[in-house]
Amino acid sequence: MQINIKTKSKMDKNKLTIWEVFVQPKTGATFQHAGNVHASDKEMALQNARDLYTRRQEGTCIWVVKSEDIVSSSAEDQDAFFDPADDKVYRYPTFFKVSKKAKGL
Amino acid sequence: MASDNQFQYVLSLGDDALITAQRLSQLAYRAPFLEEDIALSNISLDMFGRANLFLEYAAALKGDNFSADDLAFKRNEREFSNHLICEQPNGNFADTMVRQFFMDAFNKLFFEKLIDSNDSQLSAISQKSIKETNYHLRHSSKWIIRLGDGTPESHAKVQSAINNLWMFTEELFEMNESDIIMEQQKIGVDCRALKIEWDKIVNDIFSQATVNRPKDDGHMVTGGRQGIHTEHLGHLLSDMQYLQRAYPDATW
Repeated sequence: MQINIKTKSKMDKNKLTIWEVFVQPKTGATFQHAGNVHASDKEMALQNARDLYTRRQEGTCIWVVKSEDIVSSSAEDQDAFFDPADDKVYRYPTFFKVSKKAKGL
Repeated sequence: MASDNQFQYVLSLGDDALITAQRLSQLAYRAPFLEEDIALSNISLDMFGRANLFLEYAAALKGDNFSADDLAFKRNEREFSNHLICEQPNGNFADTMVRQFFMDAFNKLFFEKLIDSNDSQLSAISQKSIKETNYHLRHSSKWIIRLGDGTPESHAKVQSAINNLWMFTEELFEMNESDIIMEQQKIGVDCRALKIEWDKIVNDIFSQATVNRPKDDGHMVTGGRQGIHTEHLGHLLSDMQYLQRAYPDATW
């Protein structure tokens, strides 16, 4: 009856996909990336996410999404995507002087 | 002063939870993969929590400064009254999941009724247990479907686990004399009446899992509530009770 744990877990790992887990800390709040889990299907991903990331009431709702379904920018994109902001200081709110007359900011 | 029947009733429910918890805890660090390891440990901890509630209440009913620990660690095999299915070995993963599934389906129906108990303690414990049990049932039933409707190997293993554990299922619905008295006093549940709903849950999951339900006229085993156990309980207890037996009244 005893299973060979070594070969078994190796086999399972190859079949299970990785899912990213997003947790909503409270109703109405934005979902935050919490980490990832292994799972073979949606339901298992949801249950595993619940057990790993929300067992102590950390959230009100969970999203799980297959890691492979997330479209990510690549390292080569970094310059093209993010650097152009560097020399445009007026894109930052701190560039502008706040009028002394403006109250409650 | 509570009746012996009531003490025995609460004790049996505590024993079911305790022995199930101990069995599941034996899988910690041994589950097929990390996430499942944590899931099983979580379920085990839920059951230990439930066992603690029942056994503390049983100890209070017993009086004489009895504690939940006394009941857990200082009784012998014959004094434990858990259902036989609780003590069955973990076997392979399918064996564990089928055992849990049979019990989870029963516990869901049982605690839904025990909520209405005249005994406010039992009602309160049921309220807490039902939420946990709904989650346990969701976990185990999805695994039965996944394994049954999975590969030929997983299908064969889950079918074999079902065939092997089926003989312990009838005991869940038995009513002994003290159960009947408890039911008449509206403290306990009429387990016989739960069978129809249990069959529905089991048949539904079996059909989704494409596995066969064993014939109902097969050999059935019983005796747990009377303290007559399978050979597995003694080994489980010797492990669980080791510390208190070797160092009586040890504390930390």
